[in-house]
Amino acid sequence: MYNPFSISGKTILITGAGSGIGRSTAIIASQMGATVILVDINEEGIKETLSRIDEHKAGHSYYVVDLMDSKEVESLVEDVVCLDGLVNNVGISNTRPLHLIREEDFNLVVGLNTKAPMILTNLLYKKKKFNKGASIVFTSSLAGLYTFTPANGLYSLSKSALTSYAKSCAVEFAVREIRSNCVNPSMVNTHLKESLSFSEDEYKKDVEKYPLKRYAEPEEVAKAIVFLLSDASSYITGHTLLVDGGRSLK
Amino acid sequence: MEINDFIKCVAEQYEEVDAQEFTPETKFKMFEEWSSLTSLSIIAAVDDEFGITLKGDDIRNATTIQDLFEAAEAKA
Ligand SMILES: NC(=O)c1ccc[n+]([C@@H]2O[C@H](COP(=O)([O-])OP(=O)(O)OC[C@H]3O[C@@H](n4cnc5c(N)ncnc54)[C@H](O)[C@@H]3O)[C@@H](O)[C@H]2O)c1
Repeated sequence: MYNPFSISGKTILITGAGSGIGRSTAIIASQMGATVILVDINEEGIKETLSRIDEHKAGHSYYVVDLMDSKEVESLVEDVVCLDGLVNNVGISNTRPLHLIREEDFNLVVGLNTKAPMILTNLLYKKKKFNKGASIVFTSSLAGLYTFTPANGLYSLSKSALTSYAKSCAVEFAVREIRSNCVNPSMVNTHLKESLSFSEDEYKKDVEKYPLKRYAEPEEVAKAIVFLLSDASSYITGHTLLVDGGRSLK
Repeated sequence: MEINDFIKCVAEQYEEVDAQEFTPETKFKMFEEWSSLTSLSIIAAVDDEFGITLKGDDIRNATTIQDLFEAAEAKA
């Protein structure tokens, strides 16, 4: 059967694969015949993800890595096989009003959301670990692009910088036929959402701003990521794909 | 953690209300300027000042500053 949406046979590295969107992406990609390389700081989380992957298909692997630690990232890149896909998905939230942001908050949020994916991607490219025609996908956000909500300024900043970096990758890495795109989700039902310290009432009010009247499930973001990894998107690069239930329209 | 320091920390997150107005009995969500931003400011300021991480639900379940102080003390 002709299926340009297939990712069968591709080798794909996914960061933040121990939870949420990264975990869903790993599960779906493996179900679709890809070989996945899981990266996360949380070994338990990775193992939980692995347990939900068809383990009979050999070849899947994992690395427990702190992506904020450049030495650990260097040895990951040294060790890893050549990739057809990279999902830069790791990220953390922060809900401090601007005037209460501390330098340590900036270093953590920008460090993990912006700097870490940039260092990893640059190094993989430098060490020629991308196969020709590879696809890089970043999990960015609607925040910093369409929605600017109170106490989300630092997170927005980190994600708009990430979106901009993804576009620069599309321009510079095209010589090796590498594509680079972002998915930009609005609220997704994951740990990250739970860390936002919203009350039930605030969630109820917020969800009213979505034409679809619900938040996304992580699988719904994962499917958009898989599309961008597949050859079905072979002429799409430098794009920001909103996965937002229509939130940006309101 | 002293209740007076706690009250001062909460009061500082308000722009329009005079700090003198705040007592343990103050219903801190009754002021007109109250918003989710005030709530998040209190959470961040209490974290900075006392190293205690309140949750959105702690704010929601509290009526007076005393209630919130007790919620914070329970986490200290
Ligand atoms: N959940 C949402 O509402 C939402 C919305 C828009 C965008 N996003 C983005 O989606 C991405 C995934 O988020 P999620 O909701 O699945 O979050 P999550 O918290 O469920 O998962 C994040 C994963 O990253 C890992 N991690 C954290 N620090 C790390 C480090 N230093 N090194 C390696 N791994 C580390 C964690 O262990 C965890 O497994 C993030 O970039 C996030 O900003 C999430």
